[in-house]
Amino acid sequence: MITLLLAVARRDLLLARRRRIEALLPLGFFIVAAALFPIGVGPEPQTLRQIGPGVVWVDALLAAMLSVTQMFASDHADGSLEQMLLAPQPLVALVGGKVLAHWLSTGLPLVLASPLIGLLFNLPAPAITMLVLTLALGTPILSLLGAVGAALTLGLRSGAALVFLLVLPLTVPALIFGTGAVVALDSGLPGQAQAHLSLLGALLILTLLGAPPAAAAALRISLD
Amino acid sequence: MTLRLTTFAAPSRFYAAAGLLVPWCWAATLLFGLAGLTVGFAVAPTDFQQGEAYRIIFIHVPAAWLSMLIYLVMAFWAALGWMLNARMAAMYARALAPTGALFTLIALWTGALWGKPTWGTWWVWDARLTSEFILLLMYGGYIALTEAIDDPRRAANAGALLALVGVVNVPIIYFSVRWWNTLHQGSSISLTAAPRMASTMLTAMLLMTLSFWAYSFAVALMRARAIVLEQEADTDWVRQQARREDR
Repeated sequence: MITLLLAVARRDLLLARRRRIEALLPLGFFIVAAALFPIGVGPEPQTLRQIGPGVVWVDALLAAMLSVTQMFASDHADGSLEQMLLAPQPLVALVGGKVLAHWLSTGLPLVLASPLIGLLFNLPAPAITMLVLTLALGTPILSLLGAVGAALTLGLRSGAALVFLLVLPLTVPALIFGTGAVVALDSGLPGQAQAHLSLLGALLILTLLGAPPAAAAALRISLD
Repeated sequence: MTLRLTTFAAPSRFYAAAGLLVPWCWAATLLFGLAGLTVGFAVAPTDFQQGEAYRIIFIHVPAAWLSMLIYLVMAFWAALGWMLNARMAAMYARALAPTGALFTLIALWTGALWGKPTWGTWWVWDARLTSEFILLLMYGGYIALTEAIDDPRRAANAGALLALVGVVNVPIIYFSVRWWNTLHQGSSISLTAAPRMASTMLTAMLLMTLSFWAYSFAVALMRARAIVLEQEADTDWVRQQARREDR
C-alpha cells in the first residue's frame, strides 16, 4: 500500500515537473494576493503586523483551493482515473499519493514562501517561525480536505467554484488554530500558542485519518 | 396491507401518505404558533434587564434549535439513502435542506435584531454566531452540490457524503459555547441545571418549537412530494396520478 502511495505521488510529481509554470501558479497567486493587502489596507506597520497572520493563512487557504481541483481533473479527463479505480489496490492509497504530491508541489512552496510574506507584514522573527510551523501543519489539512471536495465535484461544470463553497467552511478550525498560535505568540502568550499548535496537530491527525477514506468514497460516487 | 418499516420507502406510497399528513402538519403549525405567540407576547412577563426586546427569543431560539437539528436529520436520511440505496430517504434529505437553511437564516436575522438593542451591535464575531453562519454556508454547499449534479443518484450520494463530513462540524457548534467565552450569554436552557427562566417563557418557547417543527414537516413533505413526482415522472403511477388530478 505504501509502495502504491509513493508510486502515485512520484508519478504526479513528475507530471507537475513537466508543467513547471502551471505547478507554480498557486505560489504566484499566494504572493500576489498577499502583496495586495498592504496596498489596500495601508502601509501602517502596526496594522500590518496585526493582520499579517490572518492574511497569510486566508491567502494559503485560497491558494490551496485554487489548485486542488487539478488533483483528479487531468486523470479524469484522459480516463486513467477510471483505470485506477478498477485496480485491485486500495483506493485510499491512491488518494493518499495524490494528496502527498499535491502538498509537495503546492503546499510546501507556500510554507517556504511564508517567511518572506511575514517580513512584508512586519512580523518579528519568533512570530514568523511560528507562522511557518502552523502552515507546515496546516497546509496538509487543506490538501486533504481539498481532495474530498475535488473528488465530490469531479467533472462538474461549476466544479472549481463549488470546491471553494464546500471546503472552505470545513477549514475554519484550522484557520482559527493556525492564526491563533501566531497571534498568541506575538502578544506574549507562548503557552497559549503551544496549545493552539497542539490542537492544530490533533486536527491534522484527525483529517489524515478521515479525509482519504472520504475522498475515496467520493471518487466511487462520482465515477459510478 | 401490512405496515412495515419499509412500507413508505416506495415513492408511490410515500406520496399518498405524505399528501394525507400535510394538512395536519399545517394545522399543528398554526395551532401551536398562535398559542406560542399569544403566550410569548401577551402572557410572559417583561424581562427586567432587556425589557420587551427579549421577546424575540421565542422565534430566535426555536429557529436556532431547528437549524441544527434539521442538519442532523438531513445527514441521517442522506446517509441512510446512501448506505441502503433507499431513494426515498435520499429525496427526503434533499427536501429538508432548504428548510434548514431558512431556519439558519431566521436564527441569524433575529439574532441581529436582538443584538442591536441589547448589545448595541448587529453582529459580533462570537463563537456561536460564527458557527451558525458556517452552518448556513454548509447548507448552501449541500444545496449547491446536489443542484449542480444532474444525475439524481450521484447527487444524492455526493450530498450524503458532504452532509456526513459536515456533521463533524455540528458538535463543534455545540461545544463552541464552552471553547471561547465572549459577550454572548450562555445557553438559555440546559437539560441538567434547573431552568432559570419564568415557566411561561419556557412554555412559549416550547410551543413555538413545536410549531416550527410541524412547519418543517409540512414543508419538507410537500417538497419531497414534488421531488418524487419529478424523479418518477416516467412511471405509470405518476401518469395515473396526473390523470386523476386533471379530472
